[in-house]
Amino acid sequence: MCSNVVEAPQSARQFAKVLQILASFGNEEAKLVPILQAVQEEYRYLPEEVMTFVATALGVPPARVYGVATFYGHFALEPKGKYVVRVCDGTACHVKGSQNLVETLRDILKLPEGKKTTPDMLFTLETVSCLGACGLAPAVVINEDVHGLMTPESTAALIEDIRREEGL
Amino acid sequence: MTAEKTLTIDGLPVAIQDEKNILEMIRRAHIELPTFCYHSELSVYGACRLCMVEVEGRGLVAACSTAPEPGMKLRTQTPQVRELRKMNIELLLASGNHDCPTCSKSGSCKLQSLAERLGVTKVRFHAPVPERPLDTSSPSILRDPSKCILCGDCVRFCDEIQGIGAIGFTHRGSQSMVAPAFNKGIAEVDCVNCGQCAAICPVGAITVKSDIEKVFDVLGDPSKTVIVQVAPAVRSAMAEAFGLPNDTFTTMGRIVTALRRLGFKKVYDTSFTADLTIWEEATEFINRKQKGGKLPLFTSCCPAWVKLAEHDLPEILDNISSCRSPQAMFGSLAKEILPGELGIQREDLVVVSVMPCTAKKFEATRPEFAVDGNPDTDLVITTQELARMIQDAGLLFGELPVGSLDMPFGFKTGAGVIFANSGGVSEAVVRYVAGHLGEENPVVQELRSDKNRRILEVPTKLGAIRMGVVYGLAEAQRLVKEIQAGQSDVDFVEVMACPGGCIGGAGQPVTHSAATREQRTQAIRRVDAALDLHCPQENHYVKEMYSERLESPNSHQAHHLLHTHYQSRKRIQGEGISLSDMTGTPKIPVSFCVGTACHLRGAEVLLKKVMACVDQEDLGDRFDIRATFCMESCDRGPTVKVDDIVLHGATVDSVMGLIREVVAEGAKG
Repeated sequence: MCSNVVEAPQSARQFAKVLQILASFGNEEAKLVPILQAVQEEYRYLPEEVMTFVATALGVPPARVYGVATFYGHFALEPKGKYVVRVCDGTACHVKGSQNLVETLRDILKLPEGKKTTPDMLFTLETVSCLGACGLAPAVVINEDVHGLMTPESTAALIEDIRREEGL
Repeated sequence: MTAEKTLTIDGLPVAIQDEKNILEMIRRAHIELPTFCYHSELSVYGACRLCMVEVEGRGLVAACSTAPEPGMKLRTQTPQVRELRKMNIELLLASGNHDCPTCSKSGSCKLQSLAERLGVTKVRFHAPVPERPLDTSSPSILRDPSKCILCGDCVRFCDEIQGIGAIGFTHRGSQSMVAPAFNKGIAEVDCVNCGQCAAICPVGAITVKSDIEKVFDVLGDPSKTVIVQVAPAVRSAMAEAFGLPNDTFTTMGRIVTALRRLGFKKVYDTSFTADLTIWEEATEFINRKQKGGKLPLFTSCCPAWVKLAEHDLPEILDNISSCRSPQAMFGSLAKEILPGELGIQREDLVVVSVMPCTAKKFEATRPEFAVDGNPDTDLVITTQELARMIQDAGLLFGELPVGSLDMPFGFKTGAGVIFANSGGVSEAVVRYVAGHLGEENPVVQELRSDKNRRILEVPTKLGAIRMGVVYGLAEAQRLVKEIQAGQSDVDFVEVMACPGGCIGGAGQPVTHSAATREQRTQAIRRVDAALDLHCPQENHYVKEMYSERLESPNSHQAHHLLHTHYQSRKRIQGEGISLSDMTGTPKIPVSFCVGTACHLRGAEVLLKKVMACVDQEDLGDRFDIRATFCMESCDRGPTVKVDDIVLHGATVDSVMGLIREVVAEGAKG
């Protein structure tokens, strides 16, 4: 019988993490939202099968997990790109021209109508209602980094930098 | 002496009894306050806002979620309240696709009747109705989300009364809708087809899938001989659809005549095969009881219950009677016997059944109930659908003469008829067992109570038989858990999914009234009382069937034609979670089941250990390891599949042994 744990492939580690997350919340139905948050952190979205597994483990109908996951804008049901670009479209950013930033981004990312993520899974474009950084309006957040007082040109430059870093 | 606690409703003093909310009190004061989302058997939801009333000093409150207090002054008819109700109806009419003339709920739709009652004659708002496609995946029910008013009645019924939760609210705000998990088709999730969501839906968002056109088509095809069976419960409610008094004998006679006029060659009674079911099921029970077989024995006539057990209770599948349901037994016998007698091919005989039930539509499609792809029961229509066919054909139901059923499948005893009521199958079994042991027929009053759970003991020469009777699948699941935990000791359990049994089936004319269900129950009992024979053994046509074809109950031939087997089922259809890197050369698939049953049997620990072993032996690039949901053999888990080989009761050693074997094979080949 083997017992040594050696480096498992990425996906297996993710699944092990789900088990760990469930255990850390005591498999409690009431902790569904924090459990889904932690799972999303692991997968960067909520895969259907993982939600079914979470439902099974918590003893709730999968339809309820799906209901919670679709209720909150924070949860993503589709895989997101490596770089999540969030353009703030709160009141302050909106009047400072955030829509121009969105249009510029859709254009340079060549996003087809109705799509949020580029086919190469590099970028996901989202709008958010307010980042609480109204003094920096209009603001753009790429993953964890906040960029303020943006113009279409400076936004395009940010994307160019990332593309260069990625060797594109 | 304590002073009576009262409040006033429109100036009228009303004593507070033990009402939980003022809505109940208002209804006791003979005022039918409109509601969509209030049902006494469900939790209070307070979503539809139609029951708003004015409480002095508090303004407008929802009556369903306000507790009565002494001295409260309620007003139900102020201009403000009336305006609010009308506005709510108008907004609901504007927010969905409510085109009454083409809606199958027209006539029994609450939105339609309230619009009429409250005088809403104009809709001033025209919001674009979001495009929401029909869900036609199920053979039993049809979902039209564009008609949904989000009252949540279906969601709560499925969760609270049936204990399933196949549908739930999804999304938020204007995007809100009721849908199965992951917005899949209802047939791709753990729906059991009981149809109670359609029965409770106040509008046309969930309805019974209609097979009327298919039946008219076969009736019009001269190459087909079409026969029909009518379930016991149908006669208890058909008169309601025509607003006639519920005289069961006349109703059944008129149903027979109507069916002949519609073109059915033979009209039979499912009560005949219900009698036959008891011969088989009671014999199975006596054998298990005497020989120490698996007990309790659960009944198998309810297809919703059977499907629930296949999804969620795989460990009790061996406890469910192997008897087919009366509908399925009828189909099997009819297709076995009648083609020869009528001198036609099996394919040219069409068996239609009229059922109170939507799950019977699904049952008829089970591949086990077909011979060489030809189903035993071809088409299933509900009581409601037959009523509509009668109307469609212009037949004046109330004026039809009374007809009589064809023999032999039209003959029955009272035992077969009471199958329609919760407790009826149990009572029929008690009658059979008593007859079998040469005892008097005991009348067990408790079996006839209307409680959703009854546990009782029937003394017999076999010893006391402890019987459980439940309706509502949540209650059934609770009882199963208690039995498994050793808290309930029973020998025989009758389960019916619908309120009050099949008489409350979702295929019956729509009612939300317990009193109507009670009338149906009594109608069935009157048939039993009026028939000459009450004991299934007294059905001489069934006796003849055994002497000519089936030998004896539970014989080899009886098993072939009248029994079945069950299989575990996936709750949600979908792919597994891939755990290995999906690059490089094609790999041998290894699937670990992490569904409910295997999860409870430690599938995850097994998976982790096997993955560690695979990595240690450097086999990671040869195998694609996946966690999947349910391989449908839950009773023998944990289940692991390596390539095409399935391992039950898997251990680290057995899985690794198999993996190494596959590797060695590969090296040889």
